[in-house]
Amino acid sequence: MSETAKRSASRGVHVTVMRSQLGRVRGLGSAKSGVAHWWAERVTSVALVPLTLWFVAAAVQLVGASHEDVLNWVASPVTIVLLICLLLATFYHMKLGLQVVVEDYVHVDSVRFALLLLIKAVCFLAALAGIISVLKMGL
Amino acid sequence: MKDVRDALIVARNTEGGLVHRPLSPHLQVYRWQISMVLSIMHRFSGIALSVGALVLVWWLVAAATSPDAFGQVQWFLGSIIGYIVLIGWTIALFYHLFNGIRHLVWDAGYGFEKPTFHTTGWVVVVATFAFTLLVWIVGLAVK
Repeated sequence: MSETAKRSASRGVHVTVMRSQLGRVRGLGSAKSGVAHWWAERVTSVALVPLTLWFVAAAVQLVGASHEDVLNWVASPVTIVLLICLLLATFYHMKLGLQVVVEDYVHVDSVRFALLLLIKAVCFLAALAGIISVLKMGL
Repeated sequence: MKDVRDALIVARNTEGGLVHRPLSPHLQVYRWQISMVLSIMHRFSGIALSVGALVLVWWLVAAATSPDAFGQVQWFLGSIIGYIVLIGWTIALFYHLFNGIRHLVWDAGYGFEKPTFHTTGWVVVVATFAFTLLVWIVGLAVK
C-alpha cells in the first residue's frame, strides 16, 4: 500500500488505485502509446488548412496549363517549399487516417498487419516520389 | 467459435443452438440524421482524398518525367472520367476541409450544443457545394 493510501485509510477513507506505480509514472494509459497519434493528426490538419487553400488557388490557375507552364510554376522557391510541405502533411495525415480506418474495421490480425504495412509503404513512397519530382523540376 | 472473444458473446437460444449476443445497438436501429451522415462522410471523403493524393503524385511525377508523360495525365484528367474524378475530388476536399475545421473546434471544446451541432453541420454542407461551384466556375473561366 502506498503512503497516500495508508494515510487515507487511517482517516477512514478507502482509496483503491488499480494502476501500478510504474504505470502511473509512465502516464501512457492502457493503450501504451499516449496521444501521439491523435496529436499528430491534429497538427497536420491545422497545417493542411492553409496549404490546401493555397493549392486549390494554384490548381485553378493551372487549368489547361501546358507542360512549360507547370515547369515555370514549379521554378519558384515559394512553390517548391509549399508543395513539399503539402506533400509531407498530406501523406502523414493520410497514413494516420487510413490506419484508424483499418484498425476499426479489419479484425483478422494478419490482414490488419499487412494492410497497416501497405499503408505505411504507399504513403512513404508517394510522398517521396512527389517531393523528388518537385525538386527535379524546380532545382 | 473461431475467436476467444466469442466466449463472452456466444449464448444458446431456446432450441439449444449457438447464437451471438448483440454487442451494442447497430447502425440500422437509428433514424438517419445529419450528424451521423456527416460523420460517415468525413471518413468516406478522407478515403477518397487518399486516392486524390495519389493522382496528384502521378501528375507531379509525370510532369517531372517528360512532356509525353505529362500529356497522358492531362489527357486522362480532360476525359469524362477525369472530370468525374476531379469534381469528386473537389467536393471531398472542401467537405473534409470544412468538416475538419468543425472537428478542430470540437477539439478546442466548443460547439457541442445540439442546435449549434446541427447548424454547423448544415453550414459545412452548404459551404462545400458553394466552394466547389465557385472553384469550377473560376477554373473553367480561366481555361
